[in-house]
Amino acid sequence: MINQLSWKVGGQQGEGIESTGEIFSIALNRLGYYLYGYRHFSSRIKGGHTNNKIRVSTTETRSIADDLDILVAFDQETIDVNYKELNKTGIIIADTKFKPVRPDDTDAALYSIPFTEMAAELGTSLMKNMVAVGSSSAVLGLDIHVFNEVVEEIFGRKGAQIVQKNLEAIREGYDYMKALLGNNQGTLELAKADGQKRLFMIGNDAIALGALAGGCRFMAAYPITPASEIMEYLIKKLPPLGGTVIQTEDEIAACTMAIGANYAGVRALTASAGPGLSLKMEAIGLSGITETPLVIVDTQRGGPSTGLPTKQEQSDLMAMIYGTHGEIPKIVMAPSTVEEAFYDTAEAFNLAEEYQCPVIILSDLQLSLGKQTVHPLQFDQVEIRRGKLVTDPIPEPADKAYFKRYEVTEDGVSPRVLPGTKNGIFHVTGVEHDETGKPSEVASNRKKQMDKRMRKTKNIRFNTPIHKNCKHEDSDLLIVGFNSTRGVIEEAMDRLEQEGIKANHAHVRLIHPFPADEMLPLVRRAKKVVVIENNATGQLANILKMNVGHADKITSILKYDGNPFLPHTVHTECKELFEYGNI
Amino acid sequence: MATFKEFRNNVKPNWCPGCGDFSVQAAIQRAAANVGLEPEGMAIVSGIGCSGRISGYINSYGFHGIHGRCLPIAQGVKMANRDLTVIASGGDGDGFAIGMGHTIHAIRRNIDITYIVMDNQIYGLTKGQTSPRSAAGFKTKSTPQGSIEPALSPMEMALTAGATFVAQSFSTDLKDLTAIIEAGIKHKGFSLINVFSPCVTYNKVNTYDWFKENLTKLSDIEGYDSSSRETAMQTLMAHNSLVTGIIYQDLQRKSYQELIPGYAETPLTQADLHLDQGSFDKLAAEFM
Ligand SMILES: Cc1ncc(C[n+]2csc(CCOP(=O)(O)OP(=O)(O)O)c2C)c(N)n1
Ligand code: SF4
Ligand SMILES: [Mg+2]
Repeated sequence: MINQLSWKVGGQQGEGIESTGEIFSIALNRLGYYLYGYRHFSSRIKGGHTNNKIRVSTTETRSIADDLDILVAFDQETIDVNYKELNKTGIIIADTKFKPVRPDDTDAALYSIPFTEMAAELGTSLMKNMVAVGSSSAVLGLDIHVFNEVVEEIFGRKGAQIVQKNLEAIREGYDYMKALLGNNQGTLELAKADGQKRLFMIGNDAIALGALAGGCRFMAAYPITPASEIMEYLIKKLPPLGGTVIQTEDEIAACTMAIGANYAGVRALTASAGPGLSLKMEAIGLSGITETPLVIVDTQRGGPSTGLPTKQEQSDLMAMIYGTHGEIPKIVMAPSTVEEAFYDTAEAFNLAEEYQCPVIILSDLQLSLGKQTVHPLQFDQVEIRRGKLVTDPIPEPADKAYFKRYEVTEDGVSPRVLPGTKNGIFHVTGVEHDETGKPSEVASNRKKQMDKRMRKTKNIRFNTPIHKNCKHEDSDLLIVGFNSTRGVIEEAMDRLEQEGIKANHAHVRLIHPFPADEMLPLVRRAKKVVVIENNATGQLANILKMNVGHADKITSILKYDGNPFLPHTVHTECKELFEYGNI
Repeated sequence: MATFKEFRNNVKPNWCPGCGDFSVQAAIQRAAANVGLEPEGMAIVSGIGCSGRISGYINSYGFHGIHGRCLPIAQGVKMANRDLTVIASGGDGDGFAIGMGHTIHAIRRNIDITYIVMDNQIYGLTKGQTSPRSAAGFKTKSTPQGSIEPALSPMEMALTAGATFVAQSFSTDLKDLTAIIEAGIKHKGFSLINVFSPCVTYNKVNTYDWFKENLTKLSDIEGYDSSSRETAMQTLMAHNSLVTGIIYQDLQRKSYQELIPGYAETPLTQADLHLDQGSFDKLAAEFM
């Protein structure tokens, strides 16, 4: 009996690899296991190797495993590309149809099962995925009754017969594997899980749900990987709440439409990835200078240009902080877990209205698309705060004077009136303007308005700007990261601790304005600071240096090959840095 | 009820004396009063250009955005608050060059807003470069040998893009222009109104006199049927698009907002921002 294992299914894109992983993991989730998934896919629909790697555990897990226990292969390429990941007790389960060959340099056992043939005999070879799911279940020693419910949910609308056939396919795969395993039964059997029902979702689900909970009622967006799930979810869920999603002609339209809607008083969202964010830049500046609330999601992927559209990267950081010409107040937040993605998105709408500025929710491909077990989301923690929104009647102004929408105030935030309000007329312009919004190029006014805007986010109130796991007063290493690397870092930390290295962990959740006051003491008390980031230039390390100094002890461990970090890499590279590193 | 004077504010336009845009401003103010609007019930979203300044010169809510994007901003405003009368406005460069993608799709989408283009066949604000509306051969600072690209016909383009209201007018003809803007505001869907609004400073070809000579009023064409797209297209082609009046109107097609399933009848701005615990639990349960 083991407490955790790593399972991977692979084949040609468009062959149902996704659904094999999906059905298997939904069942495991129902049984109460903790899961963490990773999808390897490319930017094409049919063909090309794709795989889905899932870590299954009886306790919480937030990262991909270093190695692999079970590889389910629908073609030889899957074996060839992935077998090196298999550990000593690892096994390959492959479709007999392609005459699988076991590579010479592996200890892994190969079990050949006629997935396709068995499925075809049951009616359609499409069900080969179900046979594979059944076989996998046999290795893990699962009670396959759990599939009754899952298959019914997925295929129920196609009729009872289809449900029945799929269940039979699972059962046959299960029995066949059992027989093959013979004496090897049990080596990869998973300890029973607690049977608790838990949420199982991707970061984009949490972002979309967070938007709904946070009062978002309109979204304008243009499809792009890895952001589209957000719009696809909201178009299903917004209409019952009176709202909707518009798929616009491009991201410039999406962003400016969201600005128009926010100006009019609806909480509106737009979401994209790097290429779309590049197009939104001018509009972000418009939101900044006109002090119009705006919430934008950037699900980072490999750049620049089309870059690695389906791969992990964290290279939009600087662009998100500084992007748009000129200078504006802006908030950039970076949730590091699916749970945080939910709370942060809901909160982003509050911050956008309180500080009347653009708020960017930074995610990355692994956080946005990695499907995982999630703690219960506490809806009662979600607040709706609308800042200085004027709701009281406004007295009639003398001589058609405009409302001072851009009144210079101590905290920089001015009262905000929505169009349609009687006696509240004011002007909005991207041109520098006076307190009523009328264009003005007067130098003293420019300075006043600029100072007022930039003042707004100086003392931003933000709950937990840094997620800290800092039990050492003085640490050998301070490991810093943001977004989806949280889990790998935590796992690497455990290993470093076991080896006697005192490591602290700071995961930055508020990227801008940077929480320097909170970060500085952690950096001071560390011998070395290592920033883990999926980019080539060490963007977060540079931000750290800019904000807290100590450049001499800050370095990065970088990965920009499109794949997420493994705990092993972070662990060994941190250790090397600690032991030999001359930073 | 508000009179057109109530749509005047105390800002003095910085347009050149004689600029066609003055009359467009006056016509919007009159039309707004004629259809019974109150200043706070109207939002004018404008682009960047001499023409784009118009939102600052009318006493109503105004949003002067970025170059070429008045349409998506205006559509966002209307989506958020369907009770507002939303007018988008800008220049020919704004709408038919940098913002052309939005123009075509706003036409297709048919959200109930009115789009007024101040068409002077040139870039005014940047001091006289060619525009997609400049005729072939037109000499400007950026086409010193004369433009070698043909002029676009926005009216023909609108017809092919599925427009439900297509009209053209001339800025000196205040009565006609006011009536057309009124009809545009009343039209339930997207209305495109192209207004010949001469730039007296940089366009010495398409002058007031030139338009007077070359324009044909549709009201002078006997039996003109604005409900026929075919007639509309043929008439435009026959007159090199130099006609004024309501060229085409589709009274049947429903506006975008009328077609959205579930979309609230009351402004979205009034929607309750809070979910209740029960609905949230239901949404969350779908992920179990
Ligand atoms: C993105 C961007 N590119 C260029 C400009 C410069 N610019 C301002 S207005 C304008 C063209 C104005 O022409 P038109 O839209 O016809 O308006 P008009 O001034 O003629 O009324 C240009 C190119 C800008 N403001 N923004
Ligand atoms: S430059 Fe032309 S368009 Fe601009 S204000 Fe002067 S006359 Fe009008
Ligand atoms: Mg022009």
